[in-house]
Amino acid sequence: MSDAAPPPPTLTDAERDELRRQGILLTSLEELYNWGRSHSVWPLNFGLACCAIEMMAASMARFDIARFGSEVFRPSPRQADLLIVSGTVTKKMTPQVVRLWNQMPEPKYCIAMGACAISGGPFKQGYNVLKGIDRYVPVDIYIPGCPPRPEALLHGLMQLQEKIRGQAISGRDAPRHLQPDMACDYPVPEFGQHDLEPPQNPALWQPPVLTRKEGA
Amino acid sequence: METPEQIRDRILARFPGSSVAMVLNPGPAAQHSLLLGADHAREIAEFLRDDPALRLDFCSNVSGVDWLDREIVETTKIPTPGPVAGPAMVAEQRTRRLQPGYLEAVYHLYSMELRHGPVILRLRTANRKDQVALPSLTPVWRSCEFQEREVFDLFGIVFSGHPDLRRILMWDEFKDHPMRKDYVEPDDYEWEPTPHGDVLAKAKRHYPASPPAAAAKGEPKP
Repeated sequence: MSDAAPPPPTLTDAERDELRRQGILLTSLEELYNWGRSHSVWPLNFGLACCAIEMMAASMARFDIARFGSEVFRPSPRQADLLIVSGTVTKKMTPQVVRLWNQMPEPKYCIAMGACAISGGPFKQGYNVLKGIDRYVPVDIYIPGCPPRPEALLHGLMQLQEKIRGQAISGRDAPRHLQPDMACDYPVPEFGQHDLEPPQNPALWQPPVLTRKEGA
Repeated sequence: METPEQIRDRILARFPGSSVAMVLNPGPAAQHSLLLGADHAREIAEFLRDDPALRLDFCSNVSGVDWLDREIVETTKIPTPGPVAGPAMVAEQRTRRLQPGYLEAVYHLYSMELRHGPVILRLRTANRKDQVALPSLTPVWRSCEFQEREVFDLFGIVFSGHPDLRRILMWDEFKDHPMRKDYVEPDDYEWEPTPHGDVLAKAKRHYPASPPAAAAKGEPKP
């Protein structure tokens, strides 16, 4: 193994912190780019149900989402980076939500906020509520709660920032829009005679395959 | 305010050909309602709105009710002569009849001007299948418009004379009426942590139990 090239010298985080303390900032383009992106995530000004009230509270003075750089709620999907699905997604509303998602420019992220957006919540057994927005839209962060408190939304946002900071700008881990084989457009479901058609996007979500034990 | 019986008598005196019946509420609330025949319902509604003693100028609520076919067993006691020098016998005769189902629209009326109410009206369709039309009361009370649309959407009562009878909650392409008792929802059951009752039956249908021997052999799961 002695003839193999030695690995390129890399700094550990501790060494980098030590340098930073001495006034030397050593970084990579990727890190700088992601740091900038993660601190200016602009959410779409879009609420569906009671979770939206908590989202508004998170944007007001007491909780102040501006501390994390996300106070710029945009009224147009063309200017937004983040879709916070805050509330119950009825089947009638689903095509509009998917259409809003398609209209947002990449790189974009989706937070499913609350039990209804994750799974249908208390309405899961009903005929008119979608059993989770992840059937049609790729969800990055799930925030459970009914509704989640503003602190939970802020925590979800911080998790999203961490995810953004960890994203590569090239290679397999690169976001969707930097990968040529990934589709950025998601099919919008049609209104059928009894249900949405298709009832889910099979490329994104498949019903779980389970086996029941005998007698259960 | 007048009692429902008094209102019924005044309606019958005013519209001799109409049919008005009391539907009694046996509960402690005792909110009795008036069952109107569909042919005079519009005129009666206008009368209730304009009558100076009633002035029911506000329809607060329109509800739909789905009544399925019901089998009614009636027991009649027929006295029969008993044996000689014995007590009289009583024979019970049971008759079964099928009461056909119908759809019902219930209107709750109040008077803003005289501050009384509610007066409850009921309208019934002829059956649940093909004769599901009722006269719309939207021309009388504007507030019925969206509520009658909702009843049309969820129960399938067709309100004739409604200015804009479209679905309001479900999408236009939807074919069913979800609040009817025989509505079959789309079969999109998913995993449920603690299924019970009807949900357990669905779980068994969607996730059939695999016999342990087959699972151990690694056969494909059904």
